Amino acid sequence: MAAETKTLSATHSASQEGEDLRQEHLMHDPKPREEMNGMVMEAMQTTSKKYWIALAIFGLGVLILLFGFWGNQIITGMGVTGKRRPVFWALYITTFVFWIGISHAGTFVSAILRVFKAEFRRPFTRAAELMTTFGLAAGALFPLIHLGRVWTFYWMIPYPNARWLWPNFRSPLVWDFLAITTYLLSSTIYLYLPLIPDLAMARDRSTGWRHSIYKLLALNWRGTEAEWHRLRKAINIFAFAIIPVMFSVHTIVSWDFAVSQTVGWHSTIFGPYFIIGAILSGVSAVVMILFIIQSTMKNMKYFIRLEVFDSLGKLVLIFSMAWAYFFFNEYLLHWYGGYQAVRDLLTFHAQGPTAWVWYTMLICNVAIPWLTLWNRKIRRTPLAMFIITTLVNVGMFAERYTIIPLTLGEQRFPFDWGAYSPRLTDISIVIGTFCLFIFLYLLASRLIPLIPVWEVQEGQMAHSTRKLGKGKVTSVAELE
Amino acid sequence: MSEKVEAKKWGMVVDLDLCTGCQACVTACAMENNIPYTGEDETAYGRGLHWIRIQRYWKGEYPEVSPTHQPVMCQQCGHAPCEPVCPVYASVHSEEEQINVQVYNRCVGTRYCANNCPYISRTFNWFDYPHPVPESYSLNPDVTVRRRGVMEKCTFCVQRIRHAVDTAQAEGREIEDGEVMTACQQACPTGAIIFGDLSKKESAVSQAARSQRSFRLLEELGTEPKVVYLKGGGNYGG
Repeated sequence: MAAETKTLSATHSASQEGEDLRQEHLMHDPKPREEMNGMVMEAMQTTSKKYWIALAIFGLGVLILLFGFWGNQIITGMGVTGKRRPVFWALYITTFVFWIGISHAGTFVSAILRVFKAEFRRPFTRAAELMTTFGLAAGALFPLIHLGRVWTFYWMIPYPNARWLWPNFRSPLVWDFLAITTYLLSSTIYLYLPLIPDLAMARDRSTGWRHSIYKLLALNWRGTEAEWHRLRKAINIFAFAIIPVMFSVHTIVSWDFAVSQTVGWHSTIFGPYFIIGAILSGVSAVVMILFIIQSTMKNMKYFIRLEVFDSLGKLVLIFSMAWAYFFFNEYLLHWYGGYQAVRDLLTFHAQGPTAWVWYTMLICNVAIPWLTLWNRKIRRTPLAMFIITTLVNVGMFAERYTIIPLTLGEQRFPFDWGAYSPRLTDISIVIGTFCLFIFLYLLASRLIPLIPVWEVQEGQMAHSTRKLGKGKVTSVAELE
Repeated sequence: MSEKVEAKKWGMVVDLDLCTGCQACVTACAMENNIPYTGEDETAYGRGLHWIRIQRYWKGEYPEVSPTHQPVMCQQCGHAPCEPVCPVYASVHSEEEQINVQVYNRCVGTRYCANNCPYISRTFNWFDYPHPVPESYSLNPDVTVRRRGVMEKCTFCVQRIRHAVDTAQAEGREIEDGEVMTACQQACPTGAIIFGDLSKKESAVSQAARSQRSFRLLEELGTEPKVVYLKGGGNYGG
């Protein structure tokens, strides 16, 4: 009798364990292929009234705040913004760096997790890659917006012209232009490649205009062995290649500042410092987006589970520590260097009238993640994660704001000091690009499968549990 | 046409001990170079388009204070930070005059040059500034009127340099020392500004630049400025 009870309870706990595993990991909770395809299609095709209202609001935001104010700025002149001598770059470039940072991290997270075969990545790689594309779309507008004469922007593009003049390849702005174009192209291809099988899936399950779009985009994908083989190879190459591209591109963005002689910008650590900052804000933005997707779209609670927030929370914590390390390094070496103007600048950042920006940066980027994210319970509360990662992004915005207008305001000669304050146009256009990002993302969420279904299914096929001694262990087969 | 033109090294000496801070140079510069008036509020906010400005600092503790004045314009660096950063070659070095020139028509308005200038000597056209009648009658026909969205800065009155060089060439003679006067130099009541060719040892500007009182602004940055300041003990009048 006693022996029987023991076996019974053992079986019970074993099944409980299996249930826990299923609850916890998407990879251990397989659903029939057709059902899962249907779930993704349903999520894509369901639009509530709220969705349309949100779409309309953000669309209006793009029209009025971005294009309206930008048009006025083009006609009237750059003076409608708050810029002045010596703060010639201000909120626009701040937001530019912010968006480029966010966009870099989207593809980076996807690629690096793919390269290291982190299984929790499978449901959200596409959400992160989309963030890259739209972040670039929003960010790449700023080099145009901030031009004094935007109608001549094409003079910065290398092309044979009537003036017999190439752009100045010594200028970081030309490097910037080339780097961002490279990144936009490569990250779009990297987004598109894994999308092909899903587009084909959607093509086979839709009718009308959707069908024609997917048919065109799916490039006649049939799912033969040869096609899969080539696709895997291409994705693999891109995942590896895009990581160094991301590093170099964001380093180039940092060179916009680091190669200049401006006090506080002239720093060799800016390259890695910017990369870490970009990844910190980007990973945080991925969490924000996943929270919104998971809580507003149909069927997404199945795909985006607590394990995702848990793992990304750890990543945010690590990158927050790395960021703090670089910040400390930059600060210490600048201070130790003893150049009077730099010391004045650092004192001004920490004690001047705009010190609140500096403290916001430190609190949001260091104190908040360090105090909260070590805790598993907090990492597994999506709303808490949303709030924390939003604050991290506020902190990262404050970091860029400190680096650009606040640093420019402090020049070598006290006579040149000047405080910048943003005006309506600066703020509207910045909000306008946020509207643009959200608008594009909202549209895309209903037009392309946000979940890479085939990758999830592939992962689920590869996963199984094995008995090892008394316990069960997960084993993942190598399918690729 | 193809005869080789000898490169000059135009330079300036500003004697700070003679400067009274009267702002005559600022006014003269605006008249000569068609610099628009941006108004009181805009200038107070930091958008005055001055190519030369008097940096005033106070010495001593209140009430025992005395002002020091320092006219600062583009330093026409030999190794200029503004030049390499311009993506469209709007900020370039002139071989013949050895000064930095700003090509207004080529400028797209990235304002990178202004950020990278350690002297913050560049100014930007935030708007189209009107030149209403009768102000427009006083516009200098030798100088471009700039439109919104382009950067501008002190040119060492390059139109005067060109005029003098062309005249001398037409008359088949060497250009004389002191033949070119910049607008600020012309207006300076105390003669604190000397302009001329630094490559000639005997020119007034070279002799003044060799003074023991001479220094250059932010020399440690390696920008090789062509404006030399003289500073000894006191100030003119204080």
